[in-house]
Amino acid sequence: MQQLEINNLRVAIGESEIIRDLSLTVRTGEVHAIMGPNGSGKSTLAKAIAGQPDYRVTGGGVLMDGENLLELGPDERARRGLFLAFQYPSEIPGVTIADFLRAAAQSRSPEGEELEATDYYAKLYEKMDLLDIDRSFTSRSVNEGFSGGEKKRSEILQMAMLEPRFAILDETDSGLDIDALKIVAHGVNSLRSPNLGVLVITHYQRLLNYIIPDFVHVMVQGRIVRSGDKELALELEEKGYDWIRDHAEEPVLV
Amino acid sequence: MATQTETSAVDIDRSIGDFHYDVHYGHDAGVGLSDRVVNYISDVKQDPDWVRQFRLNALKTFLSKPMPTHWASKDLDAIVFDNIRYYLAQGTPTKRNWEDVPEDIKRTFERLGIPEQERKFLAGVEAQFDSEAVYSNIKKAVGEQGVIFVGSTEGLKNHPEIFRKWFGKVIPTGDNKFSALNSAVFSGGSFIYVPPGVKVKHPLQAYFRINAENFGQFERTLIIVDEGAEVTYMEGCTAPKFNTATLHSAVVELVALRGAKIQYITVQNWSANVFNLVTKRGLAHEEAEIKWIDCNIGSRLTMKYPGVVLKGRKSRGEVLSIALAGNGQHQDTGAKMIHGADETTSNIISKSISIGTGRATYRGLVHVPKHLKHCKNNTECDALLINATSRTDTYPAITVRGTGNSVQHEASVSQVSAEQIFYMQQRGLSEGQAMSLSVNGFVNDLVRQFPMEYSVELKRLIELEMEGSVG
Repeated sequence: MQQLEINNLRVAIGESEIIRDLSLTVRTGEVHAIMGPNGSGKSTLAKAIAGQPDYRVTGGGVLMDGENLLELGPDERARRGLFLAFQYPSEIPGVTIADFLRAAAQSRSPEGEELEATDYYAKLYEKMDLLDIDRSFTSRSVNEGFSGGEKKRSEILQMAMLEPRFAILDETDSGLDIDALKIVAHGVNSLRSPNLGVLVITHYQRLLNYIIPDFVHVMVQGRIVRSGDKELALELEEKGYDWIRDHAEEPVLV
Repeated sequence: MATQTETSAVDIDRSIGDFHYDVHYGHDAGVGLSDRVVNYISDVKQDPDWVRQFRLNALKTFLSKPMPTHWASKDLDAIVFDNIRYYLAQGTPTKRNWEDVPEDIKRTFERLGIPEQERKFLAGVEAQFDSEAVYSNIKKAVGEQGVIFVGSTEGLKNHPEIFRKWFGKVIPTGDNKFSALNSAVFSGGSFIYVPPGVKVKHPLQAYFRINAENFGQFERTLIIVDEGAEVTYMEGCTAPKFNTATLHSAVVELVALRGAKIQYITVQNWSANVFNLVTKRGLAHEEAEIKWIDCNIGSRLTMKYPGVVLKGRKSRGEVLSIALAGNGQHQDTGAKMIHGADETTSNIISKSISIGTGRATYRGLVHVPKHLKHCKNNTECDALLINATSRTDTYPAITVRGTGNSVQHEASVSQVSAEQIFYMQQRGLSEGQAMSLSVNGFVNDLVRQFPMEYSVELKRLIELEMEGSVG
């Protein structure tokens, strides 16, 4: 079993500390959900783990199978098997999804080894069929003019193709309509396997009606204040974040 | 240096054209520009009297014209005309067979892959080394159709009846200072004639190589495509990187007679010490079509504005251009469309990329006079900035008069954002790969219109340039 281990992590943007002493371990085969109110630092956590250069790690560590990710560039982390599904994925005008994914797959091949085009397309079509994605989709430019749902579809397809060992899905506050939500859920559920650890970040409980998490963590002001199983999400939905805040004096960690 | 440096056979840099073999020159006009130099060139080339006179007149015009520093770039003042060598050649005739090309020159072209490309997909090749073509050949089947593809010297000697009729007519000597310079000292370049109705299936290609330091290359190309005929011509160019300025100043004249089609493709990859000051213009007769595909990757300063004079009714002109301005480079490029008849259409699509301290300038001129009807122009210029220090400027001059004409102009400036790069890195691409994919995406819709072999080459050049700029 492999694990993504976040130890006493502290992250700052500029001078303000956003993540304060956060610890969490995700093992392959598990799905964890992090919930929290706006501004609690959920997206910051995701981007800091992925290596966004604006986010400064001031303490603690992130280990993937014992290797310190913080010493690696964002592209190296990705090639080691870390995937981040972006809340607001960038447009890449003029570059088709197929070409983009091919470049990404190529970057994982050994130096000087050319990716076999037929193998690549066979795999791409297999994954598209798995996710019920139309063949014409990948000839469109990456995220250019995409609806919210199409962006999600594109992120999930990329995840399926790149076969990460750990995936973080940043779904916070993205105002997903129910269709987009189902796309994400269907994708994650199709890809769930003993070889994949998933961390889903969400503001609302409703996503967790479709993706049943093994663990739920509640994040407030840059730290995890409570952890539990899927029941915690329901309880939170019922009682609201204020209930957590009121009981957050002593963080409860699993 | 204390140690004796051995002259190595070849100096290698990461960029493709940056290597240099020592070569012996039989003809050398020496340094500087004068009547003596012009006469030397005429003597060596055994010019007819009218050409010698044409050259000497052009020299006067050149000397009388000021440098266009007021509107273009002060950097032009860095060219010291007295330090340049205007004619360098081995003095052996142009060969029809690679086997016969002297070894010291042949290995340069072999390294650039020219003979291989010729075998693969070209109808004919001319290879110019400094001042003269060292190799020129056309596939037998194409030659049998009456197509002429020779160097300019051979063209003016052996085909004066066609050559003289059009030479200097599309671009007169006094068009600008550098067309005058070229007219005085021109050597090399291609002369092409395609007879009526002949459609040359595969491209003809010329490859221009500067090998010498402190040198000026002044090729002169004249392409005449007769009624209903078609041709695609491609040119490539490289030079090794020297510390001193090198000058490349060509004149290219195209004539498309009634219903003819000419496609002229350039992939310019000069080293960063080359001043590339080129005048290119085509004359389109009735229902003819002239298309310039112009890619500028290299050079220190390029000033080039391919144009089409739409002389005949329903003629069509097009310029598709891509400019990549890296650190310290200035690509001052654009297009000129002069509408001279009813129902003429022109299309300009320009894409530029500025990296580091690179500067890309678009200069366009579209002219539709008042008395014309049903003329159309479409102009699109898109600029991509990679760094905060990169610069782009657009100077579109569009004068469309009269009521029955239409014009459309769009311009955009975009930037490769940090978020975009991070997004791509998160998928496993290095920063350099991410940049180069973004840039390739930016030019993609344009590159798709290029012949396959050239779009592959262009993508490779962009990748090299982007990887180098990030490293």
